[in-house]
Amino acid sequence: MTETFDYSLIDWSRAQFALTAMYHWMFVPLTLGLGFIVAIMESIYVKTGDPEWKRITKFWMTIFGINFAIGVATGIILEFEFGTNWSNYSWFVGDIFGAPLAIEGIMAFFLESTFIAVMFFGWNKVSKRFHLISTWLVAFGASLSALWILVANAWMQLPVGMKFNPDTARNEMVHFWDILFSPMAVSKFTHSIASSYLLAAIVVIGISSWFLLKKRHLVFAKRSIVVAAVFGLITSVFTIATGDYSAKVVARHQPMKFAAFEGLYVGQRGAPLIAIGIVSSSPDDPDNVNAKDFVFKLEIPNFLSYMAFQDVNAFIPGIKDLMEGNEEHGIMSAAEKIARGKLAIDALAEYKAAKEAGNETKLAEAQVILEENFRYFGYGYFVDDPSRLVPNVPLTFYSFHLMVALGMWFLVFFAIVLLLVYKNILSRSKFWLIIGIMNIPLAYLASQSGWVTAEMGRQPWVIQDLMPTMAAVSRLDANAVITTFILFAVIFTALLIAELSIMFKTIKSGPKQGGN
Amino acid sequence: MFETFSILTLQQYWWIIISVLGSLLVFMMFVQGGQTLIYTLGKTDTERSMIINTLGRKWEITFTTLVTFGGAFFASFPLFYSTSFGGAYWVWMAILFAFIIQAISYEYRSKANNFLGKRTYETFLFINGAVGTILIGTAVGTFFNGANFSVNMLNITKIYDSAISRWMTPAHGLEAVLNFHNVALGLSVFFLARVLGILFIVNSVDDENILARSRKQMWYNAIPFLVFFLYFVIHLLLKQGFAYNPETGEVFMEPYKYFHNLIQMPVVLVIFLAGVVLVLAGIARFVFCRSNQGIWLSGAGTFLAVLALFLIAGLNNTAFYPSLYNMQQSLTIENSSSSHYTLTAMSYVSLFVPVVITYIFFVWRAINNKPINKADLEDKDSHIY
Ligand code: HDD
Ligand code: HEM
Ligand code: HEM
Repeated sequence: MTETFDYSLIDWSRAQFALTAMYHWMFVPLTLGLGFIVAIMESIYVKTGDPEWKRITKFWMTIFGINFAIGVATGIILEFEFGTNWSNYSWFVGDIFGAPLAIEGIMAFFLESTFIAVMFFGWNKVSKRFHLISTWLVAFGASLSALWILVANAWMQLPVGMKFNPDTARNEMVHFWDILFSPMAVSKFTHSIASSYLLAAIVVIGISSWFLLKKRHLVFAKRSIVVAAVFGLITSVFTIATGDYSAKVVARHQPMKFAAFEGLYVGQRGAPLIAIGIVSSSPDDPDNVNAKDFVFKLEIPNFLSYMAFQDVNAFIPGIKDLMEGNEEHGIMSAAEKIARGKLAIDALAEYKAAKEAGNETKLAEAQVILEENFRYFGYGYFVDDPSRLVPNVPLTFYSFHLMVALGMWFLVFFAIVLLLVYKNILSRSKFWLIIGIMNIPLAYLASQSGWVTAEMGRQPWVIQDLMPTMAAVSRLDANAVITTFILFAVIFTALLIAELSIMFKTIKSGPKQGGN
Repeated sequence: MFETFSILTLQQYWWIIISVLGSLLVFMMFVQGGQTLIYTLGKTDTERSMIINTLGRKWEITFTTLVTFGGAFFASFPLFYSTSFGGAYWVWMAILFAFIIQAISYEYRSKANNFLGKRTYETFLFINGAVGTILIGTAVGTFFNGANFSVNMLNITKIYDSAISRWMTPAHGLEAVLNFHNVALGLSVFFLARVLGILFIVNSVDDENILARSRKQMWYNAIPFLVFFLYFVIHLLLKQGFAYNPETGEVFMEPYKYFHNLIQMPVVLVIFLAGVVLVLAGIARFVFCRSNQGIWLSGAGTFLAVLALFLIAGLNNTAFYPSLYNMQQSLTIENSSSSHYTLTAMSYVSLFVPVVITYIFFVWRAINNKPINKADLEDKDSHIY
């Protein structure tokens, strides 16, 4: 059966989703962060009445607008792709997943898109105060839209607050608040927004550094840097704290992903944290798999166990433990989970048949088996190929470590910038100004790596343990998806080029001209 | 409060909300209609800029209404979402492409170094206006004429072929254009959007030349609109429709079903007639009384008429998404909705809708307090597209 099964439809559907999501995420973090930075700047303007602050506000607002438009263009695709490309998913969990998406539209998107009109067109039409409030509402609206979509994403990583209904063959919501306040939702939301604020601060510092290097618009650039560096220092602390919390949540609820973060094949007590490492591609040595899997590494003893469970001796299961099982630590093997998943799937079929036949006893029996094994439902799809349960370890490992390293670095960087500002030598510190510019692509890299870690690390699941990608996909011809993939790739790339070229031109012409 | 409602009441309530959002969307499509008239009404660069700038202050609302319409449909009737979007793949993809290219066009059109050039962005706006309206109208036409799909929940237990909803034609949705009744709705929406676009532009642009051209264009668009719309409505009232038995859920063909729906729900009949009269009144005021306020009458009329069409598509025991492959697998508001719990939770959220409409109204008034003119395009303190 496996041979006849065509994985290319799934692979292309995943590629298309990844392409569009990553494009969307190229623009979203800047919108989230710059919204607040602009609002802070405008508040200073309203408070001081200094026209220079108005110029500063308007310049960054122009940048905001250019970036915002393309964020909108890429966002609508994602929403409809759940229907077009993951149609089975849309039914299986639509009862839960649809709600946040709709709430996002009603509560957040309208707020953003209505008040953004005031932000751009209202300067002479409404009072200063009303304008300022609108700017703040846009900033809050953006973060509010992040909230709902991230609640939805968190639920896919940690499905809670629902019950499977065999009559409708779907999961139904039973506790709204459990979904909204699940630890995963808290970690996703706080970490995603904090990291996005950080990214925007890096961008503002980078662009302003360029002006300082060119010795243009010095007052403008210095003031922008002060606002951004303070904002960045605070949010980078917050990013690290929430990132640490995210890791704890993952360790508890997605052990396979956590093992992939650290490239941990064989579990151990007092597991070390690998600070820097290069994953080896050599065949593993049965005696010491973890060590042999790295060509090179630098580790902090016991730190991983401590970080995940606040206990230096805590046991961290490795990929082998999770696949083969580990009785000592009460870990079930993949084979066992697959068997139970298959039982659940077959019980569902029997339940339906019994219902059709009106056979009450069989119906009750099937329901019991289904309920007992439902938490392994998705594993049943892997009867022929358990190896698909392991995510891509090197990719997850590298993206995770890259993000964490950059997160530490940005904290240091903000502190240095503030120090230089305090000593009033920033505009002469060529070295740091160049570093400031070079940080911009690094911030985007960190942010994208975050999603690669989170999403690639959870493969093959769309809904953790319940639904794999292969059961979620729409029944289409792979060629249809390849065609739309190419179309998306072409059009988004063209738009990206347009946005960057407009952005560079706007920056070059500086605050005055760009200020409207 | 909502917890105590029966599931059927909630399903009806949500069908009404979906209908309201859909009607608002069609009203707001004056933006799309206006986009197809940029070159027809604007002969100089300045004239075109005025038109684009006035539409540009509204496009976000239309876009967001579309997004919310999709989200609300997903939340309340997920089986429609998974069946139609995943099945009629090409139609929805074409609609999506038409909206991607709209979102950046306003902001990037007149910016320096915009890579694709002004004309390309204006073409994007035209494509969005034409393709968006015609295809959305055609897709809604399938609510009355059906589509080729099957639905079977048991498929989820087939390990390597688990899709619940399947599309039965290789054209994946494009076959909808073979039914002229669908297309007539698409073209009605297209010409209606242009009519509304003209009415909106004369209301919010202060320019004699544009006004003069608008008068002529109104005839060219109002007449085709009436022709297609009348064809669509008459055919709809005479055709048989997909009804279901509320006790058993069995679907069957009923002659004059949609006509019966109007008669059996007199409120909807009144809404429909009022809508049609208001649309015509708005056009007449512009053409005969030279008033530039026609957008409000025709806009309200559009909202009401479309609302009535949505209501007769889904209420009164009507299958809103009929399956031509197997009639018994047609989608109704009862067999495709979310659970009682989710509909209840969402109903609380729906209480926000009036709040949203209120602030949109106030912001609209603040920004559109006077029509745009040539001097506004030189204003250094305002954002110009
Ligand atoms: C953490 C934040 C975040 C995340 C993870 C996502 N988005 Fe997003 N989205 C935003 C934050 C955001 C935003 C910052 O709020 C945007 C950017 C521009 C805008 O209008 O709002 C936006 C725009 C935006 C729009 C256009 C809204 C409009 O009409 O104004 C849609 C339809 C989506 N998004 C949908 C999605 C979907 C389906 C996602 C999941 C796959 C998703 N977004 C991930
Ligand atoms: C915007 C930032 C996001 C990025 C960059 C991102 C990245 C990715 C990537 C790379 C994949 C492909 C993984 C793979 O197939 O191997 C993926 C899949 C997926 N993600 Fe995300 N994701 C993002 C946000 C979200 C959010 C917020 C949601 C939910 C609302 C989500 C839901 C999904 C779904 C449904 C899939 C398809 C199934 C799958 O392949 O797992 N993603 N995402
Ligand atoms: C020391 C610093 C950091 C730590 C410990 C950390 C930790 C984490 C962890 C564990 C996840 C995965 C959560 C999951 O899979 O569910 C994650 C995701 C993510 N990270 Fe970080 N991170 C750090 C810094 C950063 C930085 C600097 C950025 C961007 C500028 C960033 C952006 C993201 C994003 C966008 C995600 C995906 C959203 C999410 O899953 O919450 N992170 N981070």
